[in-house]
Amino acid sequence: MGFLEIDRATKSYGAVKVLHETDISIDEGEFLVLVGPSGCGKSTLLNMIAGLEEVSSGDIRIKGRSMNGVKPADRNIAMVFQSYALYPNMTVRGNISFGMEMHKVPKPERETKIAQVADLLQIGQLLDRKPGQLSGGQRQRVAMGRALTRDPDVFLFDEPLSNLDAKLRVDMRMEIKKLHQKLGTTIVYVTHDQIEALTLSTRIAVMYGGYVQQMGTPREIYDNPANLFVAGFMGSPSMNLFPARVVDAGGAPAAEFTLAGGETALLPFAGDALAAQQGRDIVLGIRPEAITDEGGADRNSRAVHVVESPIEITEPAGSDTFVVTQWGGRDAVGRFRADVPARAGDRFAFAVNMEKAVVFDPETETRIA
Amino acid sequence: MSRAEPAFRRGPFDRLRDWLPKLVLSPTIAIVAIFVYGFILFTLYLSFTDSRILPSFGWVGMKNYENLFRIRAWDTAVTNLVIFGVLYIAVCCALGLLLAILLDQRIRAEGFIRTIYLYPMALSFIVTGVAWKWFLDPGIGLEAVVRGWGWESFAFDWIKNGDMAIYTIVIAAVWQTSGFVMAMFLAGLRGIDGEMLKAAQIDGASTLALYRRIVIPQLRPAFMSAFVVLAHMAIKSYDLVIALTGGGPGTATELPATFMYSYTFTRNQMGIGAASAVIMLMTIAAIIVPYLWSELREKS
Amino acid sequence: MPTDFTSQAVTAGTGTPAPIRKRRRTAAAPRVILYLILALFCVYYLLPLCVMVVNSLKPLGEITAGGMMALPEQWTLAPWSSAWSTAQVGVDATGLRPYFVNSILMVVPAVAISTILGALNGYVLTKWTFRGATLLFGLVLFGCFIPFQIVLIPMARMLGLMGIAGTVPGLVFVHLVYGIGFSTLYFRNYYAAFPTELVRAAQIDGAGFFTIFRRILLPSSGPIAVVCIIWQFTNIWNDFLFGASFSDFDSQPMTVALNNLVQSSTGVKEYNVHFAGAIMAALPTLLVYVVAGRFFVRGLMAGSVKG
Repeated sequence: MGFLEIDRATKSYGAVKVLHETDISIDEGEFLVLVGPSGCGKSTLLNMIAGLEEVSSGDIRIKGRSMNGVKPADRNIAMVFQSYALYPNMTVRGNISFGMEMHKVPKPERETKIAQVADLLQIGQLLDRKPGQLSGGQRQRVAMGRALTRDPDVFLFDEPLSNLDAKLRVDMRMEIKKLHQKLGTTIVYVTHDQIEALTLSTRIAVMYGGYVQQMGTPREIYDNPANLFVAGFMGSPSMNLFPARVVDAGGAPAAEFTLAGGETALLPFAGDALAAQQGRDIVLGIRPEAITDEGGADRNSRAVHVVESPIEITEPAGSDTFVVTQWGGRDAVGRFRADVPARAGDRFAFAVNMEKAVVFDPETETRIA
Repeated sequence: MSRAEPAFRRGPFDRLRDWLPKLVLSPTIAIVAIFVYGFILFTLYLSFTDSRILPSFGWVGMKNYENLFRIRAWDTAVTNLVIFGVLYIAVCCALGLLLAILLDQRIRAEGFIRTIYLYPMALSFIVTGVAWKWFLDPGIGLEAVVRGWGWESFAFDWIKNGDMAIYTIVIAAVWQTSGFVMAMFLAGLRGIDGEMLKAAQIDGASTLALYRRIVIPQLRPAFMSAFVVLAHMAIKSYDLVIALTGGGPGTATELPATFMYSYTFTRNQMGIGAASAVIMLMTIAAIIVPYLWSELREKS
Repeated sequence: MPTDFTSQAVTAGTGTPAPIRKRRRTAAAPRVILYLILALFCVYYLLPLCVMVVNSLKPLGEITAGGMMALPEQWTLAPWSSAWSTAQVGVDATGLRPYFVNSILMVVPAVAISTILGALNGYVLTKWTFRGATLLFGLVLFGCFIPFQIVLIPMARMLGLMGIAGTVPGLVFVHLVYGIGFSTLYFRNYYAAFPTELVRAAQIDGAGFFTIFRRILLPSSGPIAVVCIIWQFTNIWNDFLFGASFSDFDSQPMTVALNNLVQSSTGVKEYNVHFAGAIMAALPTLLVYVVAGRFFVRGLMAGSVKG
């Protein structure tokens, strides 16, 4: 039995079902990220864990205790909001101590706690300021400080970094990760940013349309996406997905697809899962880092195949150069080493690591190999 | 529903907590239910009864309404309302728009001027009525003053003239409210995107064209609001008439609001008074309800 | 609904300079004409007030002799003292003083209670909202706009039943009942823009319904409370219909007494006393307007526009 269990929980507003039957279970100390585009139900689920919204059916249990009908304040959770939700009329000290005051923690104890938290987050010099006088990063810290005083069973984060600028976001991301490693508290974290999901989590639930599309470790999600949505959503630049057909190439199955000029190319599959399925239409998924220049190909892989294809454009990105070509009528992006002399218009050799390729059914959109 | 057994039994206190917000709202709901909707129904009912000096419950059907429309004074009141309402709304809007546009030309001391234009709105209609009553009084006011200056044949006795008295109501009401309409239009003007105006100027629009083709069409919401507010004030107008002319001379400036009051409380024709109140309500509702509907629906 | 308009209204009311409108060459002559027109309208709006003030400071004889537009030849405060304490209002020669006191006694509790109730209603309607809340609000709001003639008859009976007919508390009650709609409107629109996440954070912190209101929302409610109080004060002070319908001789508010003073048909018409009385009746709201003009404008806009 997990530390936090979501058991067939659903949420409906009238006839509209915003969260379909959902099962999630995580252990103590895990960092679960709920990720998905806006409107996917992730924030609703978080609010249900917090008790800010009731479950329509099903149950949520923390430490085996059912949370149905339990007030947010009695769930022993803490929450950091997207807007930080600092009380504008109180000082930083007042903000941090408010929750303890409400729980009737005696004053000396509150003071000790505030000092501890201020020390941990290095906000000691800000304690007597009002939220309006703080920068975005400082507000973020105060919001976390307020949550930390609770010694919560579960720490809830609702898109906490989305109001910060790009650089600060990276810094705070690292700090949240450090904090998690230091405190070991169970965390549920909502974001629409798949990089945050991959970098922070021990477990990811990818959500879309009110359903959990896939749940797993970051590696599982990245390498073995369960369906087209997860494949396209996770990873940046995103996975190349293009139509192809299974053909027989010398006794082994291969994917056949068109190039820009109308000619076709063949990529033999690494395994033979599709051996008996000649003629089947598929969607082939290959991440950009599995399409390289020949010299940059993964030497450990035993399934690197070369496709000659005309380059449409190149996007030098400093450390790498992204090279775009047309496969199966779609843009396919490869990640070349920066010093490879690839130029738009050239016909160039793309080395594809087929061990990393995934295959989807175009109808059901689920993964078949 | 497959709810698991809650970990805590929910006591009566928890239930109170759930109901607290509605409990807090309930006095207001009760007040509105009784004193607005209950009373409307009561008056509606009275309008179908033979009530005279006191409410009575003898049902007479539509008789009060039939009688009402046969009473000359009601006829006058409705005609007056139409004259007053149309002129009041039109003049207020025209004057308000003009002043707003003039004030929008980066005027020095704009705040000061705006304060002067708007202050009459802070006054009671009774005060406004008293001021204009004596100012327009031919015996001591404008007419007497101008004659005193040497223009012996000058005449301005509208307030004593049964045919013209209704226009003095318009004059006083416009004086009181036009500054407010100006403020509404000014707010509308200030809400228009400055970049769009720059774009129009780059397109070569003259100032006149700028206002006629681009600015004024965008003030539609302000016009809407001004219309609703002014129409609603016109129909409710009571104090100003009482203070300025007392409904006279004769019944020349009677409006539905004063008609209702005098028939109900001084002429002891409560049934007819109630019928006239119902007609006033329906007129206002015809304007306000669609307005509220669109405003509230947009939001949610 | 209203919120967007309110914010515009604030701009109009606070003297924020107009967005920079680039003018092609500002010719001098049109500018002069522009200012001339604006000045002319200033005269138009100020004239009646000036006439009242000037004529309240001169003896009656100067007015009846056709000198309404002239400055007093002989300055006197007698009309003021007469209007305040000795003029014949209705049957008694009490001046307007007792009625001024009535108005104060009526306005203060009515404004205070309707504002508090409005704040609580606005809080519930935005932060503890429920199915049908908008419809309910619409029904409350409609109550602000009804012609009050429709409630006069039953209200007269109801006040009798409650035993407060013809008393100042009776008037307080009436104004309270028909003032709640607007105060609810103000606070609802204001609190709608107040971040709901703060309320949620406080819930997680363990604060209850009233604690959240008192500790989180109330400290930020100053501006809207001022708007609401000014609006209610102006409205209730200036009311005539309810005062005329539901008061006795000794509980009349200022507006009704002023009207009686002016309309009384006995004896000589003391215009100078009437003007002095009118200014007295106007003074409290004028003072509010001068002191807190921008809040007044905001209230006006939000209040009357919105529905």
